[in-house]
Amino acid sequence: MISTNTRIVAIAGSVMLLLLIVELVRRRRMKEEYSVLWVATSLVLIILAAWGGSLHFLTHAIGAVSESSTLYFFGLLFVIFLLLHFSVRVSLLERRLTALVQEIALLTHNSTGPPHLEELAGGDGVSGERRQEPQSQREDVTRA
Amino acid sequence: MNNDRILIVIPAYNEETRVGDVVRDVKSTLPHVDVLVVDDGSADRTAAEAAEAGAITLSLPVNSGYGAALQTGYKYGVRGRYEILGQIDADGQHRAEFLPPMLDALREGDVDVVIGSRFLDRDGHYQPSLARQVGIGLFARIASLVTRQHVSDPTSGLQLMRIDVARFFCSDVYPADYPDADILILLYRSGYRVREVPVQMSPSPGQSMHSGHRSLYYVYKMTLSILVTVLRPPTRRPQHREQAND
Repeated sequence: MISTNTRIVAIAGSVMLLLLIVELVRRRRMKEEYSVLWVATSLVLIILAAWGGSLHFLTHAIGAVSESSTLYFFGLLFVIFLLLHFSVRVSLLERRLTALVQEIALLTHNSTGPPHLEELAGGDGVSGERRQEPQSQREDVTRA
Repeated sequence: MNNDRILIVIPAYNEETRVGDVVRDVKSTLPHVDVLVVDDGSADRTAAEAAEAGAITLSLPVNSGYGAALQTGYKYGVRGRYEILGQIDADGQHRAEFLPPMLDALREGDVDVVIGSRFLDRDGHYQPSLARQVGIGLFARIASLVTRQHVSDPTSGLQLMRIDVARFFCSDVYPADYPDADILILLYRSGYRVREVPVQMSPSPGQSMHSGHRSLYYVYKMTLSILVTVLRPPTRRPQHREQAND
């Protein structure tokens, strides 16, 4: 079983993590969207730390032998999910970057042939959807 | 229909020695077309050489890949209200003399995309390396199976299309790295009609985009890309466009 000292440290650590996340969101250093996974994780950590029986129960439920391996297992699972989430975000960012790069080229093009300048400033009726980002996402860029 | 507004797109990355000749080749074969060179963030004088040869030039501020450069050309063509859009590689591998027969094939109707195939006439003028042959052959076979029509050269970058197809390619459906057999399958599943026309190509003088260490990634990427293209619900072509073309 976990000693009282360990429990105090675990509770304090989990609560600090939760406070840190709330503070990051308050200062707009982290978007609400990204905080979901972190807040959920820190809440689970607080429950596990405060209620010793829960970790014991969980260990039994997944058929693990020691409680520490349960913690490592779920910790790793969390990291994998987080990395997957980032891969998805990076792919999305790359797509947006490409669209912006193309738009810059189309707007600043140097032409020796017959240009259709008035048409070039957005008219394919497809890329328009990319320009309508939610207000909150635009704010973050300027504040970052 | 012979005075269609035609745009030939040439994506180019560090091709200052060859892009000028390609532009002149196209311009002398088809004097009435506009030629657009999309400079994919080249470090050399690619854009300047292209402009000197008489092309319209667009410069991507960062190197973004063959597909992204090509898609920029599609966007330019759609916004510039062209009716037919062609594409040809900047490395001199494709010869503009094959564009007129391809144009005829497109104008004959009943087809939305015409692809220049180097393997269709089977005269053996083009001899790729064994690894390339296996790769191209494999994906040609898969593309033929899925589209239920004979596909001999899915990697060919020599193509002509109606502007509808370019408009379709302006959306997120288009792969930004390099379009290949997956695009043919996407076209088929979206209801576009594709036809191959025999052409001759010179072996690429520069580094092929499928060469060396990237060939393994190419096989992986294409397999995955074909798989997810087939798994996705088909994107239907806009119906009202059909009348405009007929």
